[in-house]
Amino acid sequence: MKALLESLIRGLGNGSVYALLALGFVIVYKATRVISFAQPSFMIGGAVAVSYLAEVTGFYLAMVLAALLVAAVALGIERVAIRPMVGRPVFVVAIITLGIDVVVRVVVNGFIGLDVRQVGDPWGLSLVEIGGLAVQQRWLAMLAAAALLVGLLFAFFRYTRYGLAMRAAALDQETALAQGVSVGTVFALSWAFAGGLAAIAGTFVGTGQGVDQLTWIIALKALPAIIVGGLDSLGGAVAGGLIVGVVESLVQSYQSDLAPWLGQNFAIVTPYVVMLLVLLVRPYGLFGTREVERV
Amino acid sequence: MLEVRNLEVVYDDVMLVLRGVSLRVPAGSIVALLGANGAGKTTLLRAISGLLGVHDGEVTKGSVTVDGEPVHHLRPAQIVRRGVSQVMEGRRILGELTVEENLRVGAHTAPRDLAANLDRVYGLFPLLKERRKGIAGYLSGGEQQMLAVGRALMAGPRFLLLDEPSLGLAPALVGQIRDLVVEINAQGTTVLLVEQNATMALSIAAHGYVMETGKVVMDKPAADLLSDEDIREFYLGLGAEGAARSFRAVKHYRRRKRWLS
Ligand SMILES: Nc1ncnc2c1ncn2[C@@H]1O[C@H](COP(=O)(O)OP(=O)(O)OP(=O)(O)O)[C@@H](O)[C@H]1O
Ligand SMILES: [Mg+2]
Repeated sequence: MKALLESLIRGLGNGSVYALLALGFVIVYKATRVISFAQPSFMIGGAVAVSYLAEVTGFYLAMVLAALLVAAVALGIERVAIRPMVGRPVFVVAIITLGIDVVVRVVVNGFIGLDVRQVGDPWGLSLVEIGGLAVQQRWLAMLAAAALLVGLLFAFFRYTRYGLAMRAAALDQETALAQGVSVGTVFALSWAFAGGLAAIAGTFVGTGQGVDQLTWIIALKALPAIIVGGLDSLGGAVAGGLIVGVVESLVQSYQSDLAPWLGQNFAIVTPYVVMLLVLLVRPYGLFGTREVERV
Repeated sequence: MLEVRNLEVVYDDVMLVLRGVSLRVPAGSIVALLGANGAGKTTLLRAISGLLGVHDGEVTKGSVTVDGEPVHHLRPAQIVRRGVSQVMEGRRILGELTVEENLRVGAHTAPRDLAANLDRVYGLFPLLKERRKGIAGYLSGGEQQMLAVGRALMAGPRFLLLDEPSLGLAPALVGQIRDLVVEINAQGTTVLLVEQNATMALSIAAHGYVMETGKVVMDKPAADLLSDEDIREFYLGLGAEGAARSFRAVKHYRRRKRWLS
């Protein structure tokens, strides 16, 4: 029982990180109907920015600055590389985002070098005892940060002028235009959000073990998360991220006892297995709109 | 004054849809724009409000001016800020948002006047106030049309472009829409009213234009149009070109069905 709960908390912690990444994918998708494959580069870029900034400003301020920095970079990339492509087939734009990802990662790799870079977080791998459970502090920090950010995001979309404008543009672009919403601004904002969220996710990925040139692969776990949750649902992105995190953690804890024939490291592929299972039952994801099925 | 001069519009680089349209909407008036399906009325409104781009259309000749200043190369957001708002054909309510959220989207360009404009719109449409927390998609067709008009008013426009506001509505509701247009106009908003329902439009307009295949073919004071034999015949469905008309009738029927559902 104790082991199960500990595994659950680890899953929720990691799942929070996937959820932040997934939110970025979904926000960009809703605004532009394109899945941006540039997310891994923003994630790793954020972590690396923190690893440098933290020495100067301390960890927390570094995380905020890195999120703003990556958001600004993402906004700039949207303006220069994506906006001129408006009207091209979605497939073409998605490929361009893939190219952006490679370019940004090459640049970021220059700052990583061949070693592991620490992000300077206060948690490391140290444990805290709650109710007899020994859990890593960083998992709790991830959960708390994700809860805070998700709350802020939902408030933004619900109450602010630009939040509403983004929702309107996601539902019906021409109607939004007719109300005087600048769709270009909506595109730019969506990329900035995705960049900032990915940067924070990346920072949390780097807590404990640091980041190296291969850490970006973790961002790909957000893909099964958004498919599970539904491409066009913010709530779905959060749920999908958490589900993927928990399932992965449980498999990691128990698979070697219960199903050793699946081999070692089966946990790594579980996000994709979950995705396939959900797709069989609900092709548009758990919370997605039925129409998205066609995409 | 909203003025369209010798306007040509092309869709997809090849389809010439407006062929030299001119039209004047003096400040403070209601002007009616009539015409059969496919005549180019919606296209003209898109050209004024800057929404042609969404449809791969562009102005290739002529001009649209608001108080003498050309606007036909501005983006929709800039045109809304100049005081021109369009209520699109088919209402185009944001169905997943609440009634009030729809109105707040309409206020995007005028956030400072949000409270005052909200009061004004709720005054015009008490029903919307009652249902302001409700999901807009659950409103009836007539209520959605009111919401679409209210949403456009949230920008505080000086010129309001209405595209077939009575489409698909029961006669009683058509009368209600007509009274509302009159009231909105009396409050100081100039109205360009596109309508299939010629009787309704001409009963409140000062002046009327009739379009046919991309051209203005008639342009008279509303009272004169109302008593014009051709107009009466045409809108009673007794025009000359039988075959073409029956095709249009079919198209019209389909459209009604789509938006009623
Ligand atoms: N996006 C588009 N691309 C190409 N052609 C178009 C487009 N939109 C409209 N057209 C064509 O332009 C012509 C005018 O259309 P428009 O919608 O302006 O007519 P309308 O007078 O508003 O008709 P209705 O009364 O049916 O609304 C029609 O022949 C139509 O087929
Ligand atoms: Mg039309």
